[in-house]
Amino acid sequence: MNHIPVLIPMVLLLASMFAVFGKRSQENYLPFLVALAGMGLSAVLSIIGMVHSVTEGPIHYHLGGWQPPMGIELILDPLSAFFCLMITLVAAVVLLHGEERVRIEVGDRIPAYYSSALMLVGGLTGIVLTGDLFNLYVFLEISSLASYALLATGRKPAAVSAFRYLILGTIGASLYLLGIGFLFMEVGSLNMTELAVMIPEVPVTAGIAAAAVLMVVGIGLKMALFPLHGWLPDAYTFASSPATTLVAPIGTKVAAYVLIRIFLFLFAIDFMKEGIQLTTIVGWMGAAGVVWGSVMAITQRDMKRMLAYSSVAQVGYIALGIGLANPLGLIGAVLHAFAHCFMKACLFMVQTNFLHRLGHYDIFRLDHRTRVAMPWTCAALAVASLSMIGLPPTIGFFSKWYLLLGCIEEGAWVFLAVLLLSTLLNAVYFFRVLEKVYLRSDGEAYDDHDEEADQATSSREVSAAMLYPTLVLAGSLLVLGFANAWIVTHFLQPMFPVW
Amino acid sequence: MSDLLEYVQDRYAYWAIVLLMIIGLYGMLFKNNLHKKVVGMIIFQNSMILLFVTAAFKWDATVPVRDPEIDVQVVENYLNPLPHTLMLTAIVVGVAIVGVAFALLIKIYDNYGTIEEDELLNKLESPSPEDDGDCDTNDTQRSSSPKGGSA
Amino acid sequence: MSAYETYFSTVPFWAMIVSAVAVPLILAFGRKPNLREAVTLIAAVIKFVLVLTLLPDALAGRAGEWVLFEIAEGIDFSLRADPFGVFFALIASGLWILTSCYSIGYMRGHAEKKQTRYFASFALSLSATIGIAFSANLLTFIVFYELLTLATYPLVVHSESKKAIAAGRQYLAYALSAGLLMVAGMAWVYMATGTLEFTPGGILEEGMVSASGMKFLFVLFLIGVGVKSGIMPLHSWLPNAMVAPTPVSALLHAVAVVKSGAFGVVRVVGFVFGPEVMATYGLNIILAVASGTTIILASLIALQQTNLKRRLAYSTVGHLSYIALGASLLTAEGFIGGMMHISTHATMKITLFFCAGAIFVHTHKSDIRELDGIGRAMPWTLGAFTIGSLGLVGLPPVNGFISKWFLVSGGIEAQMWPLVVVLLLSGLLNAAYFFPIVHRAFFREGEKRADGRSVWEGVGEASPWMVVPLTLTGAMSVFFCFFPDLPLRFFTIATRVTQDIMGGGLPL
Repeated sequence: MNHIPVLIPMVLLLASMFAVFGKRSQENYLPFLVALAGMGLSAVLSIIGMVHSVTEGPIHYHLGGWQPPMGIELILDPLSAFFCLMITLVAAVVLLHGEERVRIEVGDRIPAYYSSALMLVGGLTGIVLTGDLFNLYVFLEISSLASYALLATGRKPAAVSAFRYLILGTIGASLYLLGIGFLFMEVGSLNMTELAVMIPEVPVTAGIAAAAVLMVVGIGLKMALFPLHGWLPDAYTFASSPATTLVAPIGTKVAAYVLIRIFLFLFAIDFMKEGIQLTTIVGWMGAAGVVWGSVMAITQRDMKRMLAYSSVAQVGYIALGIGLANPLGLIGAVLHAFAHCFMKACLFMVQTNFLHRLGHYDIFRLDHRTRVAMPWTCAALAVASLSMIGLPPTIGFFSKWYLLLGCIEEGAWVFLAVLLLSTLLNAVYFFRVLEKVYLRSDGEAYDDHDEEADQATSSREVSAAMLYPTLVLAGSLLVLGFANAWIVTHFLQPMFPVW
Repeated sequence: MSDLLEYVQDRYAYWAIVLLMIIGLYGMLFKNNLHKKVVGMIIFQNSMILLFVTAAFKWDATVPVRDPEIDVQVVENYLNPLPHTLMLTAIVVGVAIVGVAFALLIKIYDNYGTIEEDELLNKLESPSPEDDGDCDTNDTQRSSSPKGGSA
Repeated sequence: MSAYETYFSTVPFWAMIVSAVAVPLILAFGRKPNLREAVTLIAAVIKFVLVLTLLPDALAGRAGEWVLFEIAEGIDFSLRADPFGVFFALIASGLWILTSCYSIGYMRGHAEKKQTRYFASFALSLSATIGIAFSANLLTFIVFYELLTLATYPLVVHSESKKAIAAGRQYLAYALSAGLLMVAGMAWVYMATGTLEFTPGGILEEGMVSASGMKFLFVLFLIGVGVKSGIMPLHSWLPNAMVAPTPVSALLHAVAVVKSGAFGVVRVVGFVFGPEVMATYGLNIILAVASGTTIILASLIALQQTNLKRRLAYSTVGHLSYIALGASLLTAEGFIGGMMHISTHATMKITLFFCAGAIFVHTHKSDIRELDGIGRAMPWTLGAFTIGSLGLVGLPPVNGFISKWFLVSGGIEAQMWPLVVVLLLSGLLNAAYFFPIVHRAFFREGEKRADGRSVWEGVGEASPWMVVPLTLTGAMSVFFCFFPDLPLRFFTIATRVTQDIMGGGLPL
């Protein structure tokens, strides 16, 4: 029981080592099964850990038995357990969904693909669980390495965009490392719990402020916070669809979670807010990202690129919540990270399904026949779009609701206006797709037998292995929407005491 | 004037590191050749490592390995071991990243026959975005669906 | 400020969900039209009966409530059948039965495509409407409010013509923006008061928000509910949405959707802001100016329309503002008049739309200038049309007279003379745009065909599926004038709700 915090990432990283061996062949199913088993086991461990941490309090695990100031500490509290569960579950569902596409798009590099996928998820769970700043850097780089490799699969330009991501990502990680260095020089510890106690006690120096700024910029690069988002659209667009589906939902969200932890648990939030006003800056960056990402998404005709720009906007929401720096805003930010993880995974799956069946994902070429051929995929698209727009009762509405409450409490009217405006912009680019799929776009008159004939000859829905994961995620958006109060009271509020 | 000189002198190691950092950053961002970008990246990462090692350095102290001759209770006698161990890990991480970067470079060279950024950009822009957007090199049988082509 | 005595009851939930449950069945029976329509009708009847069972308790001031779960931190998702909710639910669910019959006649007579989608969306819209009626707090309200927008979107774009798609876009743009502003307003109210429960007499109190903030907040809400209730300048989606099939215009754009906007206005005025706050901050003046202007302008625009449905649409825009105007008077009689107008306008306008639809399906005429002499061919239809017109003008013996009477006397009581003038002037304008239609239909000769016979010769009434409902609604309009309190006790409920909002006894 007490080993759960270390087991979750370890299972994944070990599985990653096993998955890499094996024949380089399209018919090699072993890596896939290993990956699925690894994710499944970690998910189960996360659930056990979650239950345990809720009922009996957080588990503090000291690696190798070394006590915190010397050794590395892993902390499994309700929030981190919940994040782990989210990461592993979504990743498992995505893997299940992508299996067919991986064989087509990745070809005979299957062992390497699944090994990287496991490494990515292992690294991300490590980031969530660790209580040590340097250990966080290591896990951050492990997951980044894996995502560079994953995003390089796919079409020809993918290698170039992945390389660009690698350069920028490395700059981000190095700046973060530099920040840790400053902090270590000023305060003398790397354990987050300890630092949280020590930082308020030492006099605020330029070093601490610089450390905060460097860490925020470094993580901002990783989470694609506007204007540090330059790598994201290309990287997501050119990568193979299953890889994008895996990296896009969880990668940037975990970086955002790190940012929240830095703001909230490491530095005193008052220091960030009043002392160096970093929260305000991050909030404005987020707001700008929300508008920029949404506007850019509207101008795209490539559905994948549209979703990529929408990711920039969604990361902006999270940053905006952090910028509010009050409990409601932070709850909204974390909840939006959850929400967006599920929504974006679902949408990228829909895009993959389109590619699989129609051979393209060009928005202008979608029409009502798409829906006739793939009714369930289109239904999933509709639900996920509504959640992205933020209509009740999906989870997307409630995360925005908490953000709105946070804005009003803070009197941040500009942020409030940005939230409202961006919802409309989201509506524009998602209804644009929905309208094409659900209505006859050319407006021509009906031919009586047309529809019947279409339905009879071409029910071309994707296979069950691709369809059910998509539907499960779409359904989860509604379930999460109804369960949001439960999530907030059990997992978020203990972290951000509000009322 | 002498104050400034002293200030610089006292911290000359740090100034060297800052210089390295700037060189690295310049290489990463402004060099046209992707290979040189990787070199810049290595310099940048190593400057970070040097920073940690420098920060842990003390005059007249010995390496952090216990020596019965030297009193372990006196902090001044030993270097701080933590940054050194951390940097061992950081070096490993850096090597891994360089490895991935070179792998990507090989793939880019295979795909485009060049690793000069301006030439690459030209080649990336030349095929029209739509053609690029909806076909899939490994997926020719599937993408030739009757639905896709007719709209 | 008497809150209702609540008791646990799942009936509001079942009443809300029954038509949503019908949706999968309707979809499943898509290939068997008779079975599909039977499902619709059965759901409609069950829904009405369920709502009806809530009536006695509502009259006694008891409200059945079911708190389903906590939908957001500190806010429950709960349905409560308070008197005002029951009032609105009765109207919507009762008229759904008739509209369903009418839809069957219309859709088959017109051989419309995608009837399954049509009936499914219709059922879902009704669930949303009843949900709006029974929402116990603003957050539940907004959930159903947005659901209603989405459920009615397929109905607006039903014909899938370019015009319909453009109208659908406009509808979504208006309704979604409005919903958003309302969400923002809600969040603000929540931060100020810590609750979102609808409470008779309002949840906001003086000093909770600064004076300018209060005005801004009210405008947010006014836009939020004003789009659906067509308050100018937020009305323009409504005439364009008339591209939808006529039963949709009849039930949704005369009753369910637009009335949920009007219902929202009364909820906001009476149950969120409360008369006192409205009066203190002069918010009722904002509402009165907006609604008064809308009444006059909409009537003037209606005069210029030659398309029958568009004229009816502008008439709807005007009449919806009667309700808002009644609320803005902040007097007991004003509230009663406004609420009564929800019910009276519903029966009258649905009659008119039914008639327009019957004429269109049967003769394919939608232009008013083509209707010369049609009264002799379709006497029942046009007879019902005449009744509806009389009522909207405000003449006895149609129920429109009752609501207008209360509105005018409320205006006099509040000493708001401009509004009294507006009401009377609008009566004249109503007469000016309705009576010419009646005149053409009954007193002018129809065009002659080449062989000298009238174009109407041989044209009888439309199918009984359509004529019976429209005759019934016409008859109801007359019946409710003489017996406004029978059999559904509309008047008693309206009085009761007003009492709760105003607090204290009624000067009646």
